[in-house]
Amino acid sequence: MKIPILYNLRSLRARPTSTLATAFGMALVVAVFIGMMALSVGFQAALVKTGSTDNVLVLRRGADSEMTSGISRDVANAIAAYPFVARDAAGQPLVSPETFVVVGMQRRTGGMANVVIRGVSLAAFDVRSGIRITEGRAFRPGSGEIIIGRTLVERLPNTEIGASLQFGGRQWEVVGHFEAGGSSFESEVWGENELFMPVFRGQVFQTIALRMQDPEAFDGVAETLEADPRLGVDAHLERDFYANQGTLLGGLLRFMAVFVAGVMAIGAVFGAINTMYSAVDSRANEIGVLLTLGFKPRSVLASFVVESMMIALVGGLIGCLMALPINGLVTSTTNWNSFSEVAFAFRVTPGLLAAGMSFALIMGLIGGYFPARRAARKPIVEALREVGS
Amino acid sequence: MKHARLVWKNLTRNKRRTILTSLSVAVALFLFAALQSVLTALAASTEVGSESRLITRNATGITFPLPESYTQRLRGVEGVGSVSWANWFGATYIDSRNFFAQFAVDAESYFPMYPEIAIEPAQLEAFMADRSATIVGRGLMEKYGWSLGQTLVLQGTIFPGDWEFVIRGVYEPDNPSFGDETMYFHYDYLYENSGRRATPGWFILELSNPTAATEIAQRIDDDFENSTAPTQTETEKAFQAGFVTMWGNVAFLVRAVGTAVFFAILFVAANTMMMSSRERVGEVAVLKTLGYKDGLLGVLVASEALAISVTGGVIGLAAAAVLLRNNPAVSSILPGYAVLPSTIVQGIVIAIALGLISGFLPARQAARLSVVHALRKVA
Repeated sequence: MKIPILYNLRSLRARPTSTLATAFGMALVVAVFIGMMALSVGFQAALVKTGSTDNVLVLRRGADSEMTSGISRDVANAIAAYPFVARDAAGQPLVSPETFVVVGMQRRTGGMANVVIRGVSLAAFDVRSGIRITEGRAFRPGSGEIIIGRTLVERLPNTEIGASLQFGGRQWEVVGHFEAGGSSFESEVWGENELFMPVFRGQVFQTIALRMQDPEAFDGVAETLEADPRLGVDAHLERDFYANQGTLLGGLLRFMAVFVAGVMAIGAVFGAINTMYSAVDSRANEIGVLLTLGFKPRSVLASFVVESMMIALVGGLIGCLMALPINGLVTSTTNWNSFSEVAFAFRVTPGLLAAGMSFALIMGLIGGYFPARRAARKPIVEALREVGS
Repeated sequence: MKHARLVWKNLTRNKRRTILTSLSVAVALFLFAALQSVLTALAASTEVGSESRLITRNATGITFPLPESYTQRLRGVEGVGSVSWANWFGATYIDSRNFFAQFAVDAESYFPMYPEIAIEPAQLEAFMADRSATIVGRGLMEKYGWSLGQTLVLQGTIFPGDWEFVIRGVYEPDNPSFGDETMYFHYDYLYENSGRRATPGWFILELSNPTAATEIAQRIDDDFENSTAPTQTETEKAFQAGFVTMWGNVAFLVRAVGTAVFFAILFVAANTMMMSSRERVGEVAVLKTLGYKDGLLGVLVASEALAISVTGGVIGLAAAAVLLRNNPAVSSILPGYAVLPSTIVQGIVIAIALGLISGFLPARQAARLSVVHALRKVA
């Protein structure tokens, strides 16, 4: 027969300090785990969202980042003419040949930020996914106007609409701000490719982003492009290309999260073991009574493990609550593939909260098992004798 | 000291509890040392940058090169001793996961400027005599199991194609923070095999008078302001520091996590001390009846907490110092990663603080205990 959970609840309430101290220890472990994972998840999400599965990103053969790629106008035209390229209502190919440079700019808070200056064609707003002008308007071709990603506006001076930003040896007028669903585009400055070309790297594009007519056809598209001897390019599924840029750092952050929280958890579990042993020792008489009443040792074991897991449950919940406020907090790091700064938000996902809770419950389980086993093995006589003492 | 025995008896009364609490403090201090060493290694990596060398780069951005013609102009700047230049090669070795830095350098001027890079003279000579030669760090040699004379093939990303290099020398840094996982080769080799496309990525200037660094840097930048490529010049140290900030706010992250670890273990330790002292209410009352002063009883309880915490701290810090030394996985990301003596000292201070704070409540309880009340409970 099972021992009612109410028994455990009341026992925990009888020693609130001890229960809460143990729970808080676990809560901090859970909070650190969720917090650090949210950093990794946020960084990778920003890069994954940058790419779409409908698009192909074309780079010069062997180039591993937009930075190092170079594609001539002829090649760009040849690619745009392929039939697998989607077209808009007016029959124009959905292709954005882009220039890509990283420029050093002064931050509002001092220090330099490496900012991506992306030159796009107007088709880019249809090709690239989720770009939305939040304020002002898009740049007009031929006008020396630029638009600024949402997170950059907060970090760089002279990014307000109507202000002008200095780079590449001239002034550019800011006419709009845009968002891109939290992707790394929000850390970029966009302007017209044809105007950026002569200013930066001469008559060459860096990459070509194109929308496929049939998103399922990527394998065939890549094969065709890579086999065309005129081109000398590699074709990547846009989603995979950007996601890959984050695997190294994202993996490092994830490793750190597991390492730090894992080591910390050892300490918290020791605390839980102490607490539960103390609970078992001080309730020897109660255990004796339970056993005398005919409760099976198995039930006593389960009861104490459940009690420990209840502490862990409280700890896990507090930990989740502590971690929640960091959701959406924006921080930045560097995408080392292109030496550019990427701003991204911590992302506390439901999955992470669930992982944090499981983490807590495992701590509770381990912390409760050995003390509970001792409780279950107590001979009745000895347990009841302690009552008299 | 006569009370040391009493403290010891109390500590060994519930051995399991004492050991577990001590070990949880050990775990906390281990983490502290591991995290703090990230910060000290980052700080040290900016320190390897010299203040007597200036770096001149393209003002537009780090990835923009400079014209080769700047060499002569920079040589002519007053206060500049010798001028060298280098370029980031950024090629891939077999697989993009095998990342290491490769620099094309003007060897004749570069190596004399960097005493940090220690190479056997015979190897340097062999390197100088061979255009396709490369000098690689000891760490890289070991990581990939290379040997002298071996030919490496790298896939260019910035400069396309397959590039062959022959390992002619191995360098050893004079300071672990400098890193031993870098590859150096001849700039001329890059220049010729890139279809003469390569130009210097940055210039390194050795100053005859380092105290004038800021002024010289300013003069250079003013001088090039209206050229095709304006420059940005700063000391190598500042240049390195700029790279470290590119990681983002690591210091904040480390401190936030460190604080959480501290409090988590504080809860564990304080809880244990409270549990112990609750069980001993009767004894404390007896001691008081025997004439023990309140203050002394408080001190006894606090010393117990301190002993547990400091023992744990020493174990954790020692484990960190041993386990985190020469870890190749860490040092390739963070050269010179090691637990410094200053970190150990800080760790001990934290362990003492942890002990005192966790012992405070039970110590006060013991000191304030009312004898009558306590003895009634015992009965």
